[in-house]
Amino acid sequence: MNPPMPMTALAIPRAGTASSWVGFRTLLYKESLRFWKVSFQTIVAPVLTGVLYLLVFGHMLDTRVEPFAGVHYSSFLVPGLVMMSILQNAFANSSSSLIQSKIMGNLVFLLLPPLSALQFFGAYVLASVLRGLAVGVGVFAVTVWLAPAAFEAPWWIPVFALIGAAMLAVVGLIAGIVSEKFDQLAAFQNFLILPATFLSGVFYSVHGLPPFWQVFSRVNPFFYVIDGFRYGFFARSDVSPWLSLLVVGLSFFAVSAIAVTMLHRGYKLRT
Amino acid sequence: MAGLDPARVYAMSIAAIEVSALTKRYAQVTALDAVDLSINQGECFGLLGPNGAGKTTLISIVAGLTRATSGRVRVMGHDVVDDYRWARRSLGVVPQELVFDPFFTVREMLRIQSGYFGLARNEAWIEEIMENLDLADKAEVNMRALSGGMKRRVLVAQALVHRPPVIVLDEPTAGVDVELRQGLWQFMRRLNRDGHTIVLTTHYLEEAQQMCGRIAMLKSGRVLALEPTRELLRRISGVLVALRLRGGLPPALRDRVIEENPEHVVLRLPHPREVGAALEACRSFGSEVEELEVGPADLEDVFLQLMSEPSERSLP
Repeated sequence: MNPPMPMTALAIPRAGTASSWVGFRTLLYKESLRFWKVSFQTIVAPVLTGVLYLLVFGHMLDTRVEPFAGVHYSSFLVPGLVMMSILQNAFANSSSSLIQSKIMGNLVFLLLPPLSALQFFGAYVLASVLRGLAVGVGVFAVTVWLAPAAFEAPWWIPVFALIGAAMLAVVGLIAGIVSEKFDQLAAFQNFLILPATFLSGVFYSVHGLPPFWQVFSRVNPFFYVIDGFRYGFFARSDVSPWLSLLVVGLSFFAVSAIAVTMLHRGYKLRT
Repeated sequence: MAGLDPARVYAMSIAAIEVSALTKRYAQVTALDAVDLSINQGECFGLLGPNGAGKTTLISIVAGLTRATSGRVRVMGHDVVDDYRWARRSLGVVPQELVFDPFFTVREMLRIQSGYFGLARNEAWIEEIMENLDLADKAEVNMRALSGGMKRRVLVAQALVHRPPVIVLDEPTAGVDVELRQGLWQFMRRLNRDGHTIVLTTHYLEEAQQMCGRIAMLKSGRVLALEPTRELLRRISGVLVALRLRGGLPPALRDRVIEENPEHVVLRLPHPREVGAALEACRSFGSEVEELEVGPADLEDVFLQLMSEPSERSLP
């Protein structure tokens, strides 16, 4: 410790002009910096995984499967892989950040300041959307060299990218709030997110599925995210993009309402 | 009061922390049982009690980390539930556990914590805190690379980063070396002199005795004592007498014994003037006093006495 010094600055200041916007902005910055500092693990590795999927499945199925008339399987697969990467990484970001903070105890740094439930929600979701989009852009930037891309209805691409990432970021937030241990979070990931992603039409058109699995796919919101996103590339889809937007939008608002309520009540965060 | 700004007089009359009929139950366990407490601005206040007494629960409710079952808490007049933004801005908490975020450096941690409280441009103050807590040369070091003592200093710095008028320290010196402990207390005294209200829980009763002007003792979720430290010490009016005797202790002094071993016996006497009578009793009994030490009772004696009493007893 230093010897005593004039401590005039330690005297209690007048009430400051603290801004709640700054609190939100700081949490967003912190959450973004967190994944950026380990970007090899959080961005580069998922991009590589997406590219490997394309190399293996595209090479095997390019000459055997034609999901839409005149569209190569690899080209069909790319939007699915991009969206799958966006969804999985948006989920992983909010869920892993929150569970790590809970288990390491540093969540207290977020619970002591005057952050509102909406600020908390907004910052976690937005940072996770950023990571999801960073991975999605990375996967697309690499795979576009391996399979030709089309942009037939391009405005749908950012719409579904954003809302899909946001929906999974919120689901990740809920998983992080509910989970108390890493294996509980892994259960969310392995028994909910992974099956819902794989059974959503990333690798195929649901029209090629048996009737039971077609029905199953249509109750899976992930199907609508991927189908709507793919519409942006080919202007062709299994269902109307407007229906997809409606389903994904309603799903987003439903999970957001649950997450904000949990945060407001301090569910599993404040005892 | 002539010449004083009435608004300032009113502001100073508000309690730093006001706890009213605070109860917290976890399933079958009552952690806090209708606790009433008022801590004045500028006080250095000690919260003492054995493990499980409810100290950390009380602090957690004040900090908004735990929700009360019933009752109210105000920090600088702001309700911690209804007016949580201002209540939390008024409060800096040093948590008991040595927690840290492994992704960031010391400076990043302090900037981030400052931002959470809505303070964007706080660099000068962050530098000053780091300087005062000897963290300046560790500013760019990742939290993972710091020793336990340094991590503790960062926790203190984080609690101060938004310049709260009320600072709560939950066992801040648990597990830290003597040098850091002394340094922290010195720093806390300076903050207190500058007008900050300090509330601390500690197991080091001697430090509570030196630091705190007023002390609350908790047991099983109830306040057993809430008095100025001097008054509390006066409860154990009298003296402690340590004797080394050759020939044994007279039966008449048996009920005064608070500690006995083959080397010496310690008696608690209600008044210093009884020391002479006790020595006379020993001589009459045929015992020779080989060594004698007389000292005042300390907080530890008060603590032990209160904690040994039935838990039903509490302040009205």
